Amino acid sequence: MWPIGPIGFLSPWLLLGLLALPILWILLRAVPPAPIRRRFPGVALLIGLTDDESQTDRTPWWLLLLRMMAVAAAIIGFAGPVLNPQNQETGDGPLLIIADGTWADARDWNARIERIDALLNDAARQGRPVALLSLTDLPETTLFQSASAVAQTLPNLQPNPWEPAEDALFDWINTLPGDFDTYWLSDGLARKSRDLLLTDFEARGSVTVFQTPRQTFGLRPARFVDGEILVSATRTPIGNDTTIPVVAIGLDPAGVERQLVTVDLDFTAGEPVAERAIVVPPELRNRITRFEIDGVRSAAAISLTDDALKRREVALLSGAGDQEQLDLLDPLFYLREALEPTADLIDGTLSDMLLANPDAIVLADFATLASDETEGLLEWVENGGLLVRFAGPRLAASEIGRSDEDPLLPVRLRQGGRSIGGTMSWGEPKALAPFAETSPFFGLQVPDDVEVTAQVVAQPDPTLASRVIAQLADGTPLVTRKQVGEGSVILFHVTANAEWSSLPLSGLFVQMLERLAISTRPSDIEAGELEGTTWLPEDVLDAFGRLYDGRTLAGVDGSLLENPSPGPELQPGLYSGNDRLIAVNVIDAETALATAQWPNSVTVEGLDVSEETDLKGWFLAAATLLLAIDVIASLAVGGRLRGPRADITAALLALVLLTPQWAEAQEDEFALNATSNVVLGYVLTGDEHTDEISEAGLRGLSRTLFQRTTIEPSAPVGVNIETDELAFFPFLYWPITPDQGLPSREAYGKLNRYLRSGGMILFDTGDADNASFGSSSPEGRTLRAIARTLDIPALEPIPQDHVLTRTFYLLQDFPGRYASRDIWVEAAPADAELAEGMPFRNLNDGVTPVVIGGNDWARAWAIDDVGNRMFPVGRGRTGERQRELAYRFGVNLIMHVLTGNYKSDQVHVPDLLERLGQ
Amino acid sequence: MSQPLALRSEAEALAAPMPALLAQAEHLASTVILGEHGRRRAGVGDTFWQYRPAQASDTARSIDWRRSARSDAAFVQDKEWQIAQSVLFWVDQSASMRFQSDANIQSKSTAARVIALAAAILLLQGGERVGLTGLRLPPKRGEAQIRQMAEQLAEDAEVDYGSPEAQGMLPHSRAVFVSDFLGDMAPIEGALMRAADRGVSGALLQILDPQEEAFPFDGRTVFESMGGTLRHETLKAGDLKTRYEDRLRERKDRLDHLAKVTGWQFRTHHTDRPATSALLWLYQAMERRN
Repeated sequence: MWPIGPIGFLSPWLLLGLLALPILWILLRAVPPAPIRRRFPGVALLIGLTDDESQTDRTPWWLLLLRMMAVAAAIIGFAGPVLNPQNQETGDGPLLIIADGTWADARDWNARIERIDALLNDAARQGRPVALLSLTDLPETTLFQSASAVAQTLPNLQPNPWEPAEDALFDWINTLPGDFDTYWLSDGLARKSRDLLLTDFEARGSVTVFQTPRQTFGLRPARFVDGEILVSATRTPIGNDTTIPVVAIGLDPAGVERQLVTVDLDFTAGEPVAERAIVVPPELRNRITRFEIDGVRSAAAISLTDDALKRREVALLSGAGDQEQLDLLDPLFYLREALEPTADLIDGTLSDMLLANPDAIVLADFATLASDETEGLLEWVENGGLLVRFAGPRLAASEIGRSDEDPLLPVRLRQGGRSIGGTMSWGEPKALAPFAETSPFFGLQVPDDVEVTAQVVAQPDPTLASRVIAQLADGTPLVTRKQVGEGSVILFHVTANAEWSSLPLSGLFVQMLERLAISTRPSDIEAGELEGTTWLPEDVLDAFGRLYDGRTLAGVDGSLLENPSPGPELQPGLYSGNDRLIAVNVIDAETALATAQWPNSVTVEGLDVSEETDLKGWFLAAATLLLAIDVIASLAVGGRLRGPRADITAALLALVLLTPQWAEAQEDEFALNATSNVVLGYVLTGDEHTDEISEAGLRGLSRTLFQRTTIEPSAPVGVNIETDELAFFPFLYWPITPDQGLPSREAYGKLNRYLRSGGMILFDTGDADNASFGSSSPEGRTLRAIARTLDIPALEPIPQDHVLTRTFYLLQDFPGRYASRDIWVEAAPADAELAEGMPFRNLNDGVTPVVIGGNDWARAWAIDDVGNRMFPVGRGRTGERQRELAYRFGVNLIMHVLTGNYKSDQVHVPDLLERLGQ
Repeated sequence: MSQPLALRSEAEALAAPMPALLAQAEHLASTVILGEHGRRRAGVGDTFWQYRPAQASDTARSIDWRRSARSDAAFVQDKEWQIAQSVLFWVDQSASMRFQSDANIQSKSTAARVIALAAAILLLQGGERVGLTGLRLPPKRGEAQIRQMAEQLAEDAEVDYGSPEAQGMLPHSRAVFVSDFLGDMAPIEGALMRAADRGVSGALLQILDPQEEAFPFDGRTVFESMGGTLRHETLKAGDLKTRYEDRLRERKDRLDHLAKVTGWQFRTHHTDRPATSALLWLYQAMERRN
């Protein structure tokens, strides 16, 4: 490397070649251009003529200069000029390049890759062995390889959505061999492990850190506090006031993912945390699947939501009606208290509740239901609803479920119930027995002070034992459950208030409701709860914040989720198991971000240093260009540009210089031609004969339109659907020939756009003489192949009242050269109705995008340049009539294309007149 | 085995230009519509021209008795003069005529042959006798003569510049010389003088390529004649242009002068111009009587 100013040379000794230039100058100057030999009979007249001057045998100075420059450019080019050469200390020995490879790197990962690439190039130039690795993805052994080999593995280097694990780092650092220099691409975040690594690296060689000063944002999990959602984000506490937009994303009712809520978080200067509470309707809130910082590409900018934000809707209904009573005696009071913090409660009548389709309905001491209410409730339960009933005086007094099992009660009930431990009864109040293993309540601690004094009693039954999920110490069922369809019905044999038992007063009541999934579990996970369970990843995040389907990944041990810290074993994402979801996010509620600080002994560089640019190619290209100019110039000087070969050279030059403009001009001309007037287009089929007929046909139709209507089209234009813009044409005539190729994918895209945006294509198979629809002619098969990919709506044979029958002429037939009646147009909507007293149905929307037929209209319309009919139609006068009808069909068709369905609107005329009269 | 085949193919290649030449010439000749062609004077012939009073010099045999019987004087029936003229052609077949500056225009020799042959066809149709100078093809009538002429014209000569052959010209016949007249002037002059001595008049048609007229060259150039016998090197061809044009003009003036002196006609034809005009001119030159 031998730098001159900002340019360095890889092989500077080649520049010595420049010294040879003056010699070359003299040599070239001495050698005149070679003569041309020409055969020329007129030479007899030339004999004896001498040249005036004898200087021109020398090459002109400007041509010499041109050649000198070409040679000089070539010499300089081969000397390997490099703009902004990297002046790294020419260290030798192994080089370790490490990237943090965390989610914080993801935002400018490309810049990092480029920087690493530059470092590898340097190392390759200096022949240093290199090891390249990411701290989040440590190899078992660190190998120092040649830089070019490492450069090939560069694309494999990807950031990971977690932070380097400390103990893994320490293990790894002990395996590092020997001394080396270190380049460290830092993600800019402070981390405890850095110091130790740095100490070790400095002991082994020099350390250079690449780090850009910038802010890093992280989105903390949204929390549900007092009916509001608290969205909070954290950042490295540097910088000024900032506002970041955070969006909540979820599925809309149609199942399409979209932004549901947008909220701006304002950071005040120097403050690491910004929060804002938002109120979101429960309906919307339950659909939120994640929060994102808008426009930031990083896993930290995404916070997945799990069940923590979801709240179940529970409907409460009491059979007591609106009796005036104390709150504490209200059958629903304890339920409300228990459910309010974790569930959305719905009040109202039963039928209203069913409309809201809640997750659970609680009926407290509710005996009789109207028959339609019963049916509705039953249907809701069968569809997965959870019906919870509490007993009470009414239920005990009613006749439900006495003789046979009520569908909305899990068991049959004995009359009256029992009361125990009271003044008038025998025995002590009963306590609860410990829960059986099969019970959903298994594992809950039974407090001693829960006592039952009265209850309704289940009728002994073969199925009873399997339906009991909680019982009293004496074995009497206390809670029973049965499955109905996809849902279940649960009966607490006691009241929901403290009248019959002290259960609603205890913490057990809340836990039981929770276990029954009536209320939502709190988001924090209890220690040991997840021990031994396996959780399946639903979605996983990569470092760039993209969600991937995680169902192909192995399940993770539940113990990892207890205190989730993302790592190779636990990728951030959404994990499901035991009918609940747990989100593992990169940033948790306590994460604090800080900027990494480096001691003075470490060189810190920015990521983007001036780009090294190899100028070799440019110099060589310049040399080639100069030589090309020299070729033309020498020809000119040598007289070879005149005479016979001059036209070829001129043509070549013109071709090189003018081609692009010419193509562009041609395109412009096409557009101008097509748009300055109404132009009928026909699709070029590639068959010259067919195209000629199409053109002649449209010419005839254009002339007819010109003569008879206010549409005055220009000459028809052939349209190449592959290359030409279709949007200029209101109407395309497409004759189908059997050997037509299929349009390309791009052409199909254009055609579909054209059809959707209101264009019309008339497909003409021209085979109505020997085929009708249903039978397959070769043309019909081609048409089917072509139309398969087209966006064509449902079709129907043209109905008698189609607007095409009256856009200009009143027509019932649409003959061309053949008079088949098989014409297909877009099907009318199924609900089109025949208004009373109207001859037509109300069909007011849209122009049919395609008309398909085989009547060979182009031949019926075709006229030649002087206006003579080109093809016979029919015989004699009938034939002329048929041709006239063909023209009328053409007029109607173009009218339909250009005016849409306004003729159809005529059916409203009486209504409009009537309104005007008022 | 291959010998007869080779012979055949060589023969065909040799014969190939001939029908084409004939076809071109006939095509060209058909574009000229023959107008008045009779000699319009009394002479030896078959068709009736006029009755005239018998002169003393007329023999008694020549008196038309049927006409004379209707009046007192004796009448003689004159026939229209139908004596056939001999027209002899010399077409330059030398190498210099093979020059062709552009593939799109004819070579000079093709143009010369086609025009000469077409003129011969026209003259034959007019009842003249045509032939080639130099005793190669004595003047005769009939279609066969055209074929023979075409055969002989299709040959190429090896010499660089051609000189006209004046032998075999009948006294008071007509002659047509077609050449580029770029070679030595002395033989041309000699031939013309000899022809004039014998009372032969005719036409000189100079065929030139457009490049020979325009001299569109520049730069260092070595000019060679078609046969390679002449050679001229210049360093700046562009400078020679005016002097070349002067010399060419001088050559034309001299030819014109010679023609005037000997009672011939002279015209220059360029190969990029339609041959019809040259043919018409040639034909009319043959018609003209001095």
